[in-house]
Amino acid sequence: MGRSESVPSGEPDRPEVPEQRSGEDPYLQVRDLRVRFDTEDGLVRAVDGVSFSVERGRTLGIVGESGSGKSVTSLAILGLHNAKRATISGEISVGGRQLVGLPEEEVRRLRGRDMAMIFQDPLSALHPYYTVGRQIAEAYRVHHPKAGKREARNRAVDMLGRVGIPQPGKRYEQYPHEFSGGMRQRAMIAMALVNDPDLVIADEPTTALDVTVQAQILDLLADLQAEFHSAIILITHDLGVVSQVADDVLVMYGGRAVERGSVAQVLRRPQHPYTWGLLSSVPSLHGDADADLVPIKGNPPSLINLPSGCAFHPRCRYAGRNGDRSRTVVPELRSAGEAGHLVACHLPADERTRLYQQDIAQVGVAR
Amino acid sequence: MTEALLTVRGLTKHFPVRDGFRASGAVRAVDGVDFDVRPGETLGLVGESGCGKTTTGRMLVRLLEPTAGSIEFAGRDITHARRRELRPLRQDLQIIFQDPYASLNPRHTVGRIVAMPLQVNRITPPGGIKKRVQELLELVGLNPEHYNRYPHEFSGGQRQRIGIARALALRPKLIVADEPVSALDVSIQAQVINLLRELQRDLDLAFVFIAHDLAVIRHFCHRVAVMYLGKIVEIGDRDDIYERPQHPYTRALLSAVPDVTQTDSSGRIRLVGDVPTPLNPPSGCRFRTRCWKAQERCATDEPALVPRDGGVQAVACHFPGPDGQDSDGGTR
Repeated sequence: MGRSESVPSGEPDRPEVPEQRSGEDPYLQVRDLRVRFDTEDGLVRAVDGVSFSVERGRTLGIVGESGSGKSVTSLAILGLHNAKRATISGEISVGGRQLVGLPEEEVRRLRGRDMAMIFQDPLSALHPYYTVGRQIAEAYRVHHPKAGKREARNRAVDMLGRVGIPQPGKRYEQYPHEFSGGMRQRAMIAMALVNDPDLVIADEPTTALDVTVQAQILDLLADLQAEFHSAIILITHDLGVVSQVADDVLVMYGGRAVERGSVAQVLRRPQHPYTWGLLSSVPSLHGDADADLVPIKGNPPSLINLPSGCAFHPRCRYAGRNGDRSRTVVPELRSAGEAGHLVACHLPADERTRLYQQDIAQVGVAR
Repeated sequence: MTEALLTVRGLTKHFPVRDGFRASGAVRAVDGVDFDVRPGETLGLVGESGCGKTTTGRMLVRLLEPTAGSIEFAGRDITHARRRELRPLRQDLQIIFQDPYASLNPRHTVGRIVAMPLQVNRITPPGGIKKRVQELLELVGLNPEHYNRYPHEFSGGQRQRIGIARALALRPKLIVADEPVSALDVSIQAQVINLLRELQRDLDLAFVFIAHDLAVIRHFCHRVAVMYLGKIVEIGDRDDIYERPQHPYTRALLSAVPDVTQTDSSGRIRLVGDVPTPLNPPSGCRFRTRCWKAQERCATDEPALVPRDGGVQAVACHFPGPDGQDSDGGTR
């Protein structure tokens, strides 16, 4: 792997990779990932056969509600599951290296250097007892054992400045509680990026922030991606954020992928009834404010006792349309027509298009 | 115009900050807020964290004691009413909390939780308490047979429905709803918003609906007040606020919301920095430190909340309206 020693300015040695999918292998490839937890209540299939890939310079948004498996997927990629509790199978390849089954020690060496995580709540992810700067410098020194204290400090100050924290030299000496919410999230991002990782996983990075600050952080992530050319996975429940930041979208439900494709495909020409449901239940700033929202009936499923067949069928308006198939057969993710657009639904493609035009496209934000 | 059910004038809450034993200042959480709520009307209070919207809501139901100002409910001054005086009013004035996990006693059955307001007020509805509770459960879309279950047996959305049933038990006239859907998943959030809209229409309830999510407020409220650092910066009818926002902060807030229908964020107004601390808010206009229109005058004169063109929309800004016509400004 052509890792350059982290050069703070400019990254001149990285070739300009075109926006479009090129011949190079995706930086992250996940195939048939399964994560299971054995609990007293039974086997929890938190992730049940999910596949996707992310190229450098691109952002994949993973969307789903609580219990859909989106966070469990990201923790599996980072190797953060307790091996005693979780059973992980499938393939996770990061920069060509197979992570599933790799000894803990080796995953640890990759984590923080080649791949890093930005957590939702920066206050609990930062240690309250150490200064912000020291924590960032330490993250650098762990992966650069030869770096001296001064070098690590300079690097940390430089990163704080780069994520838009004013007076980074002074801020270096401060503790997390002295930072505002937005500044803390910036510091978290600085820490995640200090080793110039090729893969960044951001789990609800702006959920705890106010909208005006959220806008700043999303801009910052986009700018940093343009600069570092990293692959980003953005996990969120907010379809608006995905629409604005991501290139591709993966919609998860009950531990499985139900739809995958580009933002335009999944959010503008959605094919799965669950995606339709999400889009029509989100209140919007546009459209008819007096019209009722169209919620999805029922509740998200239990992962211990997942509904048979298509896990969404008990909540799906169209489940009965093709006999018993929805209840008995787990639908596979297959092409939805356009290249790169995949959907796991038993409804025939032409019927899906017709239903979408007839029932969904007219209402709410799915317009 | 019908008479207001709730009239709030100059409402203020300062939390003293102690440095050891000496009072060393105050967090000016809410600093002189005026608004009215008419019967059957929904007023949205929107703003970012620390703007004072929750503190305002808690003062309305008197869970917090106001530092100054007045709250008049159904023609009576309740600003400093004592517990006993408040009790009959509490029947008309209820609150729904944000966290459906923390606001229900885990050791009480759903039946007991919903019946509590009736028992505390020693009310026996016709047909008995149990019958009334089951009606309420049905009203909010829960199975009345779940009367004997405990909160942990319900999902987040269902728990929020229990909280709503409890708030409705005494047939209130006004409900303060503090972020009632922000802890819920998107698909469940829509269910609860629809339920609240339905109840509002059917029971002719007035709401003070507190939320940070502008899209949620838009789908629920007739009128909207935008708060910033303890003050209302703009208040008006829903369509005026969303279609013709006048205050720079309202405009920035609206343009910062990532919308599913939009991919292009280039037209967005980008605010710099964070909300200043309410411990020591900026002089003059509190928004001036982040405002792209700020001029010298904004640092010295505090803009009053004045109606625009004699309408119902009021703005606290020296230079309201779209950019480029700044010079006319407000007159005071």
